[in-house]
Amino acid sequence: MDTRAVGLNAIGIGKSYGAFRALKDVSLDIGRGEFLTLLGPSGSGKTTFLMILAGFEQATSGRLMSEGVDITARSAEARSFGMVFQGYALFPHMNVEQNIAFPLQVRKMSRDAVGRRVAEMIQRVGLTGHEKKLPAQLSGGQQQRVALARALVFEPSVLLLDEPFSALDKHLRGRMQDEVKRLHQDFGTTFIFVTHDQSEALSLSSRIAIFNHGELLQVATPQDVYERPANRFVAEFLGEINLLPVENIGDCSIGTGGSFEGARLTGPRQEHAGGAGTLAIRPEHMSLADGCPRDANGVAASIIATTYLGSAMRLGLATRGGTRIIVTLPTETAAKALTNGPDLWVTWPMDKGFLLPEGR
Amino acid sequence: MAAAAPFSRAEEEGPSVSLAPDHRTEWGRQATPRRASRWIGFCFIAPLLAFLALVYVIPFLGVAEWSVTLPKPGIGQYERLATDPLVLSVFLRTFRICAIVTFVSVTAAYAIAYVWVRGTLLQRRLTELCILIPFLISVLTRAFGWLALLSSRGLVNTWLQASGLIDSPLQLARNEFGVVLGMTHVLIPFAAFPLASAMRSVDERVLLAARGLGASRLRIFWRVFLPMTASGLIGAALIVFVFTLGFFVTPAILGGGRSIMVAELVYLRMFQSPDWGLGAAVSVVLVLIVGALMAALFRFARPAMIGGGR
Repeated sequence: MDTRAVGLNAIGIGKSYGAFRALKDVSLDIGRGEFLTLLGPSGSGKTTFLMILAGFEQATSGRLMSEGVDITARSAEARSFGMVFQGYALFPHMNVEQNIAFPLQVRKMSRDAVGRRVAEMIQRVGLTGHEKKLPAQLSGGQQQRVALARALVFEPSVLLLDEPFSALDKHLRGRMQDEVKRLHQDFGTTFIFVTHDQSEALSLSSRIAIFNHGELLQVATPQDVYERPANRFVAEFLGEINLLPVENIGDCSIGTGGSFEGARLTGPRQEHAGGAGTLAIRPEHMSLADGCPRDANGVAASIIATTYLGSAMRLGLATRGGTRIIVTLPTETAAKALTNGPDLWVTWPMDKGFLLPEGR
Repeated sequence: MAAAAPFSRAEEEGPSVSLAPDHRTEWGRQATPRRASRWIGFCFIAPLLAFLALVYVIPFLGVAEWSVTLPKPGIGQYERLATDPLVLSVFLRTFRICAIVTFVSVTAAYAIAYVWVRGTLLQRRLTELCILIPFLISVLTRAFGWLALLSSRGLVNTWLQASGLIDSPLQLARNEFGVVLGMTHVLIPFAAFPLASAMRSVDERVLLAARGLGASRLRIFWRVFLPMTASGLIGAALIVFVFTLGFFVTPAILGGGRSIMVAELVYLRMFQSPDWGLGAAVSVVLVLIVGALMAALFRFARPAMIGGGR
């Protein structure tokens, strides 16, 4: 299927409801054919931003461009982006075929062509045999497929998805995520996906845009936002992280570091303003040792809690100064480390930690 | 007797369908409460059942008996009913008026309910007032009110004559026009309640989805909104039709004895001429028709009236 995907450029988009500013000056370039996830807690403005992209809400300020054309004032029906709603929003009185045919009939396509396209779409999303069923007779996953088929059948240049998996159970959610990924590759359309689930965002997207309090905090690839978060909020929102307060930040021969409980901890070289800051390390990047390592960071700590997670073990530790550290280790490795008694060293490679600026 | 039945039903049912509409869906979704003991439940409704049996069922059986015994045993009254041109013309007129009133009031109620459910807050509150205030005023009062407006020396004719638009008064009351107008006014709220309930259950996101898929407002209305509120339409039409069939007060006053409907025919046969047998037979037929329509109402349109819509 040939690609009609377009890119979008949001320039300084703002949205206010009276005195409440739901979106503050959001600028974001969305590439042609990319899978962009808008991630944030509820009330962060991500859904408002999606509704503005869809044309269901009007921005209070800023412009929206599509391939160089200003579409800020263009109505939702004229933009004609595909959209999958939370709760699917299928037409309850139409069967599967009729639901999927609706956008084609709106476009005054001939009867034959509609029939062909609908049949092809039903096959592509795996709904063969359910053509004549009403939405109420379908399972959650099947309704989801109908919603996807209906949103994709007219080959929209952009597909918007608003928390489409929030109503599905965990198992089904995983399968539908794979499905959506496949459809993205298949159709080549630009996908813009809203979710508050960070693992969903990490596994699906080519880029993630993180929102909080109506502000766009960071836009980067999943790996970058996870390993190089722009600030403390992003670091904490994307999963568990250890935050160690450090002082006397400064450069040394191998990178940038700071002092923590008398030890010098080092991270990759980065811009800094000196003074105090926070060194952030993901629990899975840490390991345990019975002495202070030479070529890695090390902090003395003692184990205060262990949690068995199946394939992994989650260990809670406290440093001498009382800072809590969480380490996740493969179960076997953890079992071995625990035989050495409760007092040990938490270590991690120097390139795995990163300094977060003060504030926020 | 049959004529009175729809009225008391209306008064019992109206408010329960109407008020606190915003909370209804939430109530419906709550978990099923623990089931009360069956006998306690029956005890609570026993007075209602006893009342119904005593003042409706037993007297009606008496009326049914008259219809086959007066003035002599046999089905002679039913044969008269099927052949007497006067009786037939009354039935025909009743059905014609019912059809017109049903169409007009359901159409008007659809528009009103639309604003009531989907308008701005001010529009919604004003609509509520416009529906509830007349709804709470006695039917009798409203019928006389219309008479004061529409009669040949009523306000409308006086104004029109004074302004020089007409020379002689228009015949606005004491005919079918007056009857239809008066009944439509009474019945619009009864149509608006089930329609508003059906419209409230329409998921806003479904309409947004239709817009997002490129549909115009007109197409969204015809292809999505109207079909999704169809159960409410059927419910509203059946309710109005059933009420209209047995209507007595409004047609009696605004028809002025010229546009007689079935209920008034029963009254005339029972109280004005000693023709109890025919009056009883007409009553029985009317109750059977209303009963069949009520059965259809509960069969097809129950969800819309109770709320839920689908």
